[in-house]
Amino acid sequence: MGIVSPGFTGRRRGGTELPPGQYLTRDFPVLSAGPTPHVLPEHWEFTVTSETGEVYRWDWAALMALPAEEITKDIHCVTRWSKLETTWKGVSLDTLLADVETGADYVMAHSYGGYTTNVPMDDLLDGQSWIAYEYDGEPLDPEHGGPARLLVPHLYFWKSAKWVRGLVLSDTEDLGFWETAGYHEYGDPWKEQRYAGD
Amino acid sequence: MWQVATVTGVRRETETARTIELEVPDWPGHVAGQHLDVRLTAPDGYRASRSYSIASAWTASHSSTIELTVEQVPRGEVSPYLVDVLNVGDPLEIRGPVGGWFVWKPEQDGPVQLIGGGSGVVPLRAMLRAHASAGSTTPFRLLYSVRRPESVIYVSDLKELASSDDVDVRLVYTRDAPAGEPRVGRIDADVISEHAFKPGDGATTYVCGPTPFVETVADLLVAAGHDPARVRTERFGPTGGP
Amino acid sequence: MSETNYLDGNAAAGSLSELFAVDLTSAIAQCNGCGRTSVFAEAHVFVDAPGMVARCPGCDSVLLRVVTRPNDTYLDLRGLTYLRVPNS
Ligand SMILES: [Zn+2]
Repeated sequence: MGIVSPGFTGRRRGGTELPPGQYLTRDFPVLSAGPTPHVLPEHWEFTVTSETGEVYRWDWAALMALPAEEITKDIHCVTRWSKLETTWKGVSLDTLLADVETGADYVMAHSYGGYTTNVPMDDLLDGQSWIAYEYDGEPLDPEHGGPARLLVPHLYFWKSAKWVRGLVLSDTEDLGFWETAGYHEYGDPWKEQRYAGD
Repeated sequence: MWQVATVTGVRRETETARTIELEVPDWPGHVAGQHLDVRLTAPDGYRASRSYSIASAWTASHSSTIELTVEQVPRGEVSPYLVDVLNVGDPLEIRGPVGGWFVWKPEQDGPVQLIGGGSGVVPLRAMLRAHASAGSTTPFRLLYSVRRPESVIYVSDLKELASSDDVDVRLVYTRDAPAGEPRVGRIDADVISEHAFKPGDGATTYVCGPTPFVETVADLLVAAGHDPARVRTERFGPTGGP
Repeated sequence: MSETNYLDGNAAAGSLSELFAVDLTSAIAQCNGCGRTSVFAEAHVFVDAPGMVARCPGCDSVLLRVVTRPNDTYLDLRGLTYLRVPNS
């Protein structure tokens, strides 16, 4: 059912380089499912908990002391906007997980404010994901996930958890906040895996 | 539950706001303060929807007519279409009416305090219209916060409504005031104590506007001794994302 | 710091009207997180997200989530102890 609204085009759709069903935006829309946590870097902590329960910790100074990378990637939000060539600075998960003893296949990212999202370990390694703390040359704004967010740009952007505070590694796959409410457990934008079953 | 309405009239209210009159064949009637959802569909199937307050009161003589007043949101997606593109005769998909909390019915007890910020005045205008068309003698007061005289929507309508002995309309200017109005500034405790019903008056207060406005006003009312259970709020914006 | 990136339960009325025969905005909701009861219209509703999320105005716990998919809708009510709806 439905009609076409005469003269309505919506936001301008992009060219052929976009994943199916996406449109281009120049803005950086702010999506949030809850109040924005305001975590000061001096109170910030990031932990990785292995499948055996061992906890690895980094405070802000420790994160800053790690080698950082400049990242330029296209990002794709499941609400259908894509933004091209976004630039970030952050620490590769390869670096953070280098000394973590684990054979886990699955990861749950946890955020300040309670958000969660699940990502396979294979999608976090080999230069595919970062803990990002700068966007476009500036410290990452709280509304975009600052002081630091997970960045997994090859998956729909809900996987790039804002206000990330830890990763919990596991041998079994659990589902995160949106994945338990009908969104796809993996979320590949090029396969248009928006919803569970897609 | 979506149905197709037809635009039967448009009226510019301010530089950025427009009132749209719709004919809805199967409209079930509505209570003042209720809203509806509008859905737009592009030729390729892309869709966007938003919620808008109904600006008119329902009357038996115009039972299938409703009005929406839409303020254009900067960089918005749906509101620029409704304010600048939609024409008389065009179809518009709607769903509603919805909401049963932020409403006023003529049989309701006690005086009514309305406090609106910007286009938050829209559902309050529906309540004032319902008050007038029901011939109600319930005392109504409207405190309406606007940036400047040119931002006032329903100018002539409010003048007409304010001519009733039972209705008091008070404008508060936050940026520029017209000649003869010395005060420029937001609604504060003094404005509330001077112009709003007192805590002992048994009034129900309806506050509508952008979220920060509603938070501030609701806090002022509670701090002034108003019963939080008699303060009803509706927040709008920043709705609907990109 | 005050947060202003939410609407209220009224903003959920349209989506919920697809699922419930009664108006839920005037229902009384008890939060499973902190036990607070409030009118659902006073919940904090986040709509700029992949789905709609209603949170407790007292403790920010999730009360309700609605994800509208092309052919069905996910409704998660885990955060509510109860909803008290007036008889019509
Ligand atoms: Zn609670």
